[in-house]
Order: sequence, then C-alpha cells, then structure tokens
Amino acid sequence: MYIKQTFGALALLVCSAMPALTGAQVPVPKSKQDSIARADSIARADSIALVKQLERELGAQSADTSAPAAPAQGPVATGSYMNIGFVALTDAGWSTAHDIGKIERGDHDPKVNGFTIPNAEISLDGNVDPYFKGFSNIVLKIDSAGDSGIELEEAYGLTTSLPWNLQLKFGQFFAEFGRQNPQHPHSWAFIDAPLVLTRMFGPDGLRSQGMRLSWLLPTPFYTEALVAVMNATGETATSFRSPESSEIHGGVIDDRPVSNGFSDLLIVPRVNTSFDLTETQTVVLGVSGAFGPNNSGPSARTQIYGADLYWKWKAPTAQAGFPFLSLQTEAMWRHYDAAQRLEEGQLLATLPGEVLKDRGGYAQVLWGIKPRIVAGLRGEFEHGDPGSFATDLRDDQTRWSPNLTWYPTEFSRIGVQYNYDSRKAIGTDHSLWLQLQFLIGAHAAHKF
Amino acid sequence: MKMKMINRMAALGLGAVSFISAQATAQLKVVATTPDLASVAREIGGDRVNVVALAKPTEDPHFVDAKPSFIVTLNRADALVEGGAELELGWLPPLLENSRNSKVAAGAPGRIVASEGIRLLEIPTSFDRSKGDIHSLGNPHYMIDPAAAKIVARNIASHFSQLDPKNAATYNANLARFNSRIDTKLAEWEKQLAPYRGAKIVTYHRDFIYFAQRFGLTIVDELEPKPGISPSPAHLAQVIGEMKRNNAKIILVQPFQNRKTAETVARQTGATVIDAPQQPGAASNTSSYFDNMDNLVRAIASALGGAK
Repeated sequence: MYIKQTFGALALLVCSAMPALTGAQVPVPKSKQDSIARADSIARADSIALVKQLERELGAQSADTSAPAAPAQGPVATGSYMNIGFVALTDAGWSTAHDIGKIERGDHDPKVNGFTIPNAEISLDGNVDPYFKGFSNIVLKIDSAGDSGIELEEAYGLTTSLPWNLQLKFGQFFAEFGRQNPQHPHSWAFIDAPLVLTRMFGPDGLRSQGMRLSWLLPTPFYTEALVAVMNATGETATSFRSPESSEIHGGVIDDRPVSNGFSDLLIVPRVNTSFDLTETQTVVLGVSGAFGPNNSGPSARTQIYGADLYWKWKAPTAQAGFPFLSLQTEAMWRHYDAAQRLEEGQLLATLPGEVLKDRGGYAQVLWGIKPRIVAGLRGEFEHGDPGSFATDLRDDQTRWSPNLTWYPTEFSRIGVQYNYDSRKAIGTDHSLWLQLQFLIGAHAAHKF
Repeated sequence: MKMKMINRMAALGLGAVSFISAQATAQLKVVATTPDLASVAREIGGDRVNVVALAKPTEDPHFVDAKPSFIVTLNRADALVEGGAELELGWLPPLLENSRNSKVAAGAPGRIVASEGIRLLEIPTSFDRSKGDIHSLGNPHYMIDPAAAKIVARNIASHFSQLDPKNAATYNANLARFNSRIDTKLAEWEKQLAPYRGAKIVTYHRDFIYFAQRFGLTIVDELEPKPGISPSPAHLAQVIGEMKRNNAKIILVQPFQNRKTAETVARQTGATVIDAPQQPGAASNTSSYFDNMDNLVRAIASALGGAK
C-alpha cells in the first residue's frame, strides 16, 4: 500500500515536471534581459538619480553602450527547472556460497543465484534559487526474496553563494568518508561494494540526516576540509546507534532516546587534497574520521578512521577518455568501545566491557585499454580482533576480483566480474557476476 | 575613544582604497574551457588579462577529467569563458559546483557564454539518444568558422569591459583589431580554399560542419555512424562505398580521434588522412587561433590540391 502511494506521488511529480520539459521558452538575449531589468528598476524607482547613485555605490555597471546589438540567436532554453534521471542496475550470476548474503553484504550487491535488480535510482536535481541547489535520490530495489523496496537515499540542499569559500549541505546524504562511501552504485568500478565498507558502514553505506560544512582552503593546490554533524541513529548508521548493532557486539541494545545532547550526534571530519603530478597524472589524498555513540551502553562510543588515495594517468591524446590507468585504495580502522552488556537471547549472561577492533582495506587498479573497454583488478582484506562475542560480521575475509567492463556509450555499461572469496572459518567461494546498467534522462557529470 | 574610532575608520578606509587600487591594476584572471576560447580571450584582453585553458589542446573536449586543481583555478577566476553549447556538459558542472565562486556563477558578468549570438547548426527537434550523443543546443564545434570567432570575441570584449570598465577602451580596440585581422585572414583562407569549392571530404566526428559551410566543402559522411558512437565495420564499409562514389579523397581527424580507423578507410579508397586539430597548440607553432586556422586551411588546401 505504502509503495503504491509512493509510486503515485512519484508519477505526479514526474507529470508535473513534464510541461516544463516540453514547453520551449522564448529565448531572450542576456544583454537584452539586463537592459530590460534595469529599465524596469528605474521605472519603479522614485528617483533616477538615486538608482544611478546606488549603481555606483554597489559597483553595478551602467548600461553598456558598447554592448553588441541583439544577437541573431540567443541560447535556446531547454530542459526544465529540474533534471530527472533514472539509472538501473540489473545483475545476473551464480556463486558457490550458499550464504551469498554473507559475502555480498551491500544492499546493492547481487545476492542471489539468477537475476536481480539491486538498485534502480530516480535522481532529481536543480537550482532551487540563486542561493541553493537541491538534490534527491530515490532508490527502488528488488531484494533476494523478490520483494520491492523503496528508500529515500538522499535528499539535500546545497548552498551556492556562501562567503569565504564555504559550502553547506543539509538534509539526508552520504557521509563524505573516504572515496567510495559517497558514490552511488552506478559509478562504482566493480559490481559490489568493498568488504571493508560494508563492515564499517553496513549494507547501505554511512548516510544519515544532518549538516555538512565544507571549506575550500586558500592553498595553491586543492585542499578541502569538511565536517558533517549527523544523527547517529538508524539502520544506515551501522557502527553507531543502529537497531542491528547487536550483530556486532552481541549485547542487548541500549535503546535510549537521544539524551546526551551534542555527544549523541555523529561527527564526520575529512580533509582531501590533490596535486597534478604531471600534465597527465593526478593524485588525490584524503583522511577521514567518524566519531559517535554506539548502543552497547549509555556512554559507549565508536571511532572509525580512514585514509584513501586515488591516482590516475590519462593519455594526452585520449579518445573518449581512453586509454587511462588508475589506482584507488582505502584503509579503515574501527575502535568499537563495547560497554559491559547483557548478552542478547541469553538470560542473565553478561558480556564484558571491551574494545572491539577491526581493520580492512582494498586496492583496485583500472586499465582503460582502448575506448570504452576497462579491465580491473581489486584485492581486499578485513580483520577483526577476537571479542567475547563471535560473529561472522567480524571474521577475517579476503577477496580477489578481476573484472571487465564495456561501455557502449556513457549511458550503458556491461560488466563481468569474478570473485574469489576466502573466509577464515568457512573456506573459499567462487562467484561470477554479470551486470547491465542503463541510464536515461539527465546524466550527472562525473566527479574526479 | 572617539579618536581611536576615527583612526580605525581611517585605517579601514585606507585599506579599502589600497585594495581597490590593487584590484584596478591587477590583471583579470580568466579561465577558458578550451584552448581556442583561451586564445581569443588573450587577443581581446592583451596584457590586461591572464588566461588559462582547462582542456589540453590534444584532448577530446567532450571528455576532460574534472581534476580538483581545476576547482582551485575556477575558485580564483574573475571570468570564465565557456563554449555554451554543452560541449563541456560532462565535466564543467561539478567543477563549478565546488568552485564556490559567485563571480563565474550563471548570469554573472564573469560568466562568458561564448556561443551567445551564434546561429548554431543542427539543433535537434527531439531528444533521442538512439541518434547518438547529440547536444540539445546544437552542434558545439563552431569555433573553426572565423565569423563565429568574431561573435565570440565580441562577447568576450563586452564582458571584459563590464568587469574592468577602466580598460574598456583597450578591450574594444583589441576587438576592432581582432575583427579586422579576421576579415583579412578570412579573405586569405577563402582564397586558399576557393579552388576546391564543392570538394568532397570525410570527417571522423561531426566537428567540421561549420568549417565546411564557411569554405564551401561538402562532407560526404563521418566515420562515426552517429555522434559519439564508435565506428563499426558495417558503417565503415558504407562510408568506403560513399567515398568511392563521390570521389572523396581526404579524411580529417583530430589528435584524439582514432587515426588507425581513418587509415584503414583511406587504404580502401586511396584517400589521404589529414591531421586537422581544431585547438591551438595541438600542432607545433600553432599557439594562437590564427596560427591554428592557418595550419588547418593550409593542410586541407594542400591535401585537396594533391588529390586533384
């Protein structure tokens, strides 16, 4: 019922955007717009002298008499006030693991032998007004049981004109921790999420409601400092106050309302810097942190630290961006301060206060061999120091994934990936996954 | 107390005056998305501006990496010259979003849309990506039509004059000089290509239509079956047939396009593959718009002369 209503609302939304999409606007040249606006403001003002004085004081330009005559053809307005895009990931494949969900832990990973659609996104974005941009991502997915689900993955506003090189983001959004966490699945180089990301941030990545302030530093090279303050509660705040946290610490959840004020919020700082090593090589380096309460006890806390590196070479005469070579690697460490707690499902059994330590990382190399063909190799590992509660979510695991991707255009993609999984307690598994992606509507430009 | 206030205000005032005068004497920091636009901006700005181009001369301007260093460049710019016909759609928007520079925000005097006033060709009547990667505003490869370059120069001069009114006379004088040089050179280029009016040529992408229209050349076909779609053997076979039927003897390729594909077709048809870079700086000794156009016209004229 809920899903039906949501679909109805979505349909309405799309329909309401249609007239703007189809209705061509009469183009008015920019110089003409300016002179019309000025004439209008003069007509409304009591004193032309005052307007002229204000123009002088505010640094506005007087009408430029040298401005060209009305151009033969101004830019024609196209599109609408909102960009609408839809991207779908359709997966197929087979794995020797009988618990695929344990090795493919991401919500947008292939989880079944056979076919699945783990991610279909409707993305909406546009300028709100001269001060804000708006962005929303609504995800539809079919789970391993074949049921449809819907989630408001992201919905945020972004300032466009704050002073001092600041920028504020507010709403629900992916935390800018490391490289891959804030990326949407269709821009991942591999079919599934890296193991370390799902260990630290759960199946959906670290995202929550909050605010993020970013500062572009006045350094000669690119340096951006960011800090997000977010709610630490909910399914997408794994490692913090998630209702599923007992899978990590094994205890009964300390289910209290937010009571400690600011310390009950999740803080995610990040510093990101980049250099062009040569005309054809660029490197991006980042360090991130995520600090907040967990729900193993009233004052228990979690700290996650991360470091990431991205390097790319692209040929000076690249055709459609090929050939290129890139390396992306991330490492993360988690200190989960578990309080003394009652063991879930066990009458009167207590688990001791302890720090659960986990770490992991991945490195992936992509080689854009020739236009639209990319070969990749990813290696990853994750490790958890033993705790008093044994859980496969903290077991040691390694994975090797070679893949090959063909992009017929920027709007479609066909990929094949083999995974060699090795789990300490369970053994090895082999999986072969195929993915077809398509994108219709507005195509968001690629970030570096 | 009062005295202190007055002193402070005087200091502030002095500071403001020296800041303003520093601004007045400083060069305008101009960023152009591509080297051809950068070259025209240099012609108009002269020593009053410092211009950098984001895309490399040899790089496909549709597929430039949105490198973080470009964010810094845009953050500190007084003006941005962009093509304005979606050529940079795949990489400029995220750079601008993160550059946080209201001076180059859409509609600001520092945002120079080069194509304003140019009659763009091939504006699609419907948006359908099965027809390839078409640009909704029309074909964006207009800079190799010298008449379009004059409109671009006019747009740039107009915005530079708004941003830096003290030097408006210089910008207008530079514009007049640019225009008269274009007029002289255009007559020369037309004369060089006049013997080949109606000559049949083939290009890799639909990036020479403005040039062909200006100089009276006929483009028989492109190696790409549709804009942005890689050439398929079936399509190339069709192109080879058309070239033979039409006696098309030259194939134009830019540095980032697949020369091998063009050479394969040339072998089948007895045609010549011509390096025809549109961006100044891609070929040696072509640092300016005029040098590059000289090089382009010379290369095409001599190939057509040899093919006759």
